[in-house]
Amino acid sequence: MIKTQNLTKRYHALTAVDDVSFEVRSGEVLGFLGPNGAGKTTTMRMIAGFITPTAGTASICGHDVVSDPIRAKTVLGYLPEGAPSYGEMTVRGFLEFIAKLRGLGTERRRTRLAYVIERLTLGDVLHQTIDTLSKGFRRRVGLAQAILHDPAVLILDEPTDGLDPLQKHEVRSLINEMAPNKIIVISTHILEEVDAVCTRAIIIAHGRIVADDSPEGLRARAPSGRLDDVFRTVAA
Amino acid sequence: MQQIPIILKRELASYFVTPLAYVIILIFLVLAPALAFFLGGLYERGQADLIPFFNFHPWLYLFVVPAIAMRLWAEERKSGSIELLLTQPVTLWQAVFGKFLAAWIFIGIALALTFPIWLTVNYLGHPDNGAILAAYVGSFLMAGGFLAVGSCMSAITRNQVIAFILATTLCFVLLLAGFPLILSFVQGWAPAALIDAVASLSMYAHFQSIVKGVLDLRDVLYFALLIGFFLLATAVVLDIRKSS
Repeated sequence: MIKTQNLTKRYHALTAVDDVSFEVRSGEVLGFLGPNGAGKTTTMRMIAGFITPTAGTASICGHDVVSDPIRAKTVLGYLPEGAPSYGEMTVRGFLEFIAKLRGLGTERRRTRLAYVIERLTLGDVLHQTIDTLSKGFRRRVGLAQAILHDPAVLILDEPTDGLDPLQKHEVRSLINEMAPNKIIVISTHILEEVDAVCTRAIIIAHGRIVADDSPEGLRARAPSGRLDDVFRTVAA
Repeated sequence: MQQIPIILKRELASYFVTPLAYVIILIFLVLAPALAFFLGGLYERGQADLIPFFNFHPWLYLFVVPAIAMRLWAEERKSGSIELLLTQPVTLWQAVFGKFLAAWIFIGIALALTFPIWLTVNYLGHPDNGAILAAYVGSFLMAGGFLAVGSCMSAITRNQVIAFILATTLCFVLLLAGFPLILSFVQGWAPAALIDAVASLSMYAHFQSIVKGVLDLRDVLYFALLIGFFLLATAVVLDIRKSS
């Protein structure tokens, strides 16, 4: 379970995240929606343990991310915004590095690497350095490192950004496939993605949660029944 | 704790992918002996020791080490890979230490590759090889000191060039802390105890006996504390700034 309580982040005068509290349980796929600058990425970074909250707490599977960061990070797979990686490494080299950091033994490393390479179709680019890859391929490498150790919790910041429609479909079916046994949180601008994969959606605006409901529940809020109308009214 | 070797290996391997590494090694292999012979008069002295060789090390390190250190953290913060690294089950300290060790080992390799000059002086005469070995160890320690300073400066900025300039400047100040150039800034107004304290920070002072092959415990301790302090500072700076 992911649990945040009164999570807040202030940068001097700017409150980026304001008193955000929610819980996510196994089997849920939570979509974080919101305008740019709303606080989605900051919230995810706090849960992933990259930023320290100004106030409030976050825990992953019972491990507080500030006081017990290593255990929290062990059960988490995280895809940061922009899918950063070490550009000078080859795809295979990079994934092996992450696998070792994750503590995967030789045999398990082999099986998991084979799985993610096949599932994210990285087979053709294994020996290319990451800085020569297109945006879409880099994102898939980022996804690969996030799911490599088969974590119980996944936090993915814009997982289909830059992917072509075929690849988007592949990633979404991957998420759907993994959903039953995991907690997955994704942030997205693509409202059709919310329908495609999310069981629940939270809309954040100006650092605050302004809506927290299932996609159907959210759609019911607008007379047109369309998510982007709901989004515009709620997030403005 | 196996995280440190994993990070170390990755980092060290990445050096040899860039041309910078080979340029630095070349500088060590060519410039260090050249300076020793042509500026240091190693041959003309007629003494079988490497004092002229080691005398130039602080000045070589002053420019070469910040060039290695500048990419330690500035690049990670600029490319965003720091977010990837620090959300793995790795502590900040393991990351700082792992990267530092990789850079230090790299300098060690460059330093070790100067062995031809050691062979040369053995061919020309009968040097005290124990003293030379001690001087190599001491030089390696001093390189570590420069590197720790550079690591901290690299964490302060995303711009490698600024990191380089900050590191070179701070290393210069630390190197010559005991000299009038630096000391004059405190001499006019500070109490004697403070002036002495600043003078004792001088890396050059602590390197003088090392050049002759004497590894005084106080000098070793000085470099160990210098490294420890600046690595701690690196971790603190990163902790404060990692999200911005």
